[in-house]
Amino acid sequence: MYSLEHKKYLKKIKKDKITTIIYQITIFIIFITLWQILANLDIINTFIFSSPKRIINTIINLYNKEHLLNHIWITVYETFISFLSATIIGTIIATILWWNKKLQKVIEPYLTILNSLPKVALGPIIIIWFGAGIKSIIFMALLISLIITIINVYEGFNSVNKNKIKLMKSLNATKSQIFFKLIFPNSINTIISALKINVSMSLIGVIMGEFLVSKKGIGYLILYGSQIFNLDLVMSGIIILCIVATALYYLIYYVEKIYEKTTH
Amino acid sequence: MNNILETKNLKKIYHTEKQETLAVEDFSFNINEGEFVAIVGPSGCGKSTILSILCGLESKSDGEIKLNKNTKIGYMLQQDSLFEWRNILSNCLLGLEINKSLNQKTKKKVIDLLNTYGLKDFIYSYPDNLSGGMRQRVALIRTLATNPNLLLLDEPFSALDYQSRLAISDDIYNILRKEKKTMIMVTHDIAEAISMCDKVIVLTSRPAKIKSIYNIELENKSTPVNNRKDKKFSYYYDSIWKDIDYHV
Repeated sequence: MYSLEHKKYLKKIKKDKITTIIYQITIFIIFITLWQILANLDIINTFIFSSPKRIINTIINLYNKEHLLNHIWITVYETFISFLSATIIGTIIATILWWNKKLQKVIEPYLTILNSLPKVALGPIIIIWFGAGIKSIIFMALLISLIITIINVYEGFNSVNKNKIKLMKSLNATKSQIFFKLIFPNSINTIISALKINVSMSLIGVIMGEFLVSKKGIGYLILYGSQIFNLDLVMSGIIILCIVATALYYLIYYVEKIYEKTTH
Repeated sequence: MNNILETKNLKKIYHTEKQETLAVEDFSFNINEGEFVAIVGPSGCGKSTILSILCGLESKSDGEIKLNKNTKIGYMLQQDSLFEWRNILSNCLLGLEINKSLNQKTKKKVIDLLNTYGLKDFIYSYPDNLSGGMRQRVALIRTLATNPNLLLLDEPFSALDYQSRLAISDDIYNILRKEKKTMIMVTHDIAEAISMCDKVIVLTSRPAKIKSIYNIELENKSTPVNNRKDKKFSYYYDSIWKDIDYHV
């Protein structure tokens, strides 16, 4: 039972949304069509630039003959393992550091060094330690997202309002009560946004790891394609990776939405 | 009347690497059961420090605090500090959870308090949906939940606008009188101090020392809002105002 003005307002918002979507789809269609037309007219070399048609054929081919789903699954699996362990281990370490301020002060410079070090430089060592297999890939991805998780979650713990801590102390709360009743629940939002960063960090790590060692996975497909100069395969790998990365991001996004709904 | 708290020559020094600051010196007073006492003084003089020391959040540097053995202190802070992820009831049960005395009986008592003091429809709401004045009332009930008999209020209304302030000071006054509590309130608002309390302690600027103590004897003692209309109100207001050294 809205007023006429409000109905107009709602209509305008809806119209804005629809035009945005139309623009987005149009850009996509123009890009793909142009690419295909240029390829058909031999203006671009399809051997180097591939073409939408060739990419689709390659993906179908991969699906039929090369166990495409298996490759995708391996990458997703490695990402999940490293991302979940980074979040859990990172949160635990951040908790220990919160509990023990002295320890935090002592190891702070080491964390800074580890955080600024490009982890891919450790690739060769990791391969020697863990062997050329899935373990190395997961460890690499874990390393990339772990340090940043520790830093983010620890900062989240420390940004809890001082008055709330004072309140807990005035109620005679013990340190563990302060942590479990205040610090941790207050930081769940921070931990969820750490999840969002971690899932893309872990994917970066996994692809890097697959470039270095693997025989399976999307990163392997891309690297293998470039080695045999099959650009169709490289492009297909990148397209699949785009889709997987977006799907993973939205998965976490919906977890966040569900959490928000349960608390309000 | 029963003396429930007494301090003698309380002293507090703050230390930093560069200097030490004498915050409170020679602070001696006592409070009887059922009494409402206000501590007023220039801002930054160390009023809140005194409350923090009384409830054990900060250590004293010297002096004595004698608590009657039956005295249980409840502390109400300037900010309501409600936890956004807990509903109103669960916020009020926090103290009981912490001292592990949450049971059907104590829970029922908290629900009764919420019902009695106008929060009946908000028991399962979240703090975001409440006005500033209501949140402050919730904060008071959270303090009352553990059944303290001495309440320390640290500028309890300063985060509120003037209208809510007047209304909530009436509310809280009535709640505390009805529940037969003793109260020490820190405030920078002279009118609030006179209208709510039986005794007003005026502090000097830092280091805080007691400058004067007023026993407020109004002609018709009533609720805080009405007390402001009392004939003797302006007499106390003027004297206290002159006692506080405001430096602008």
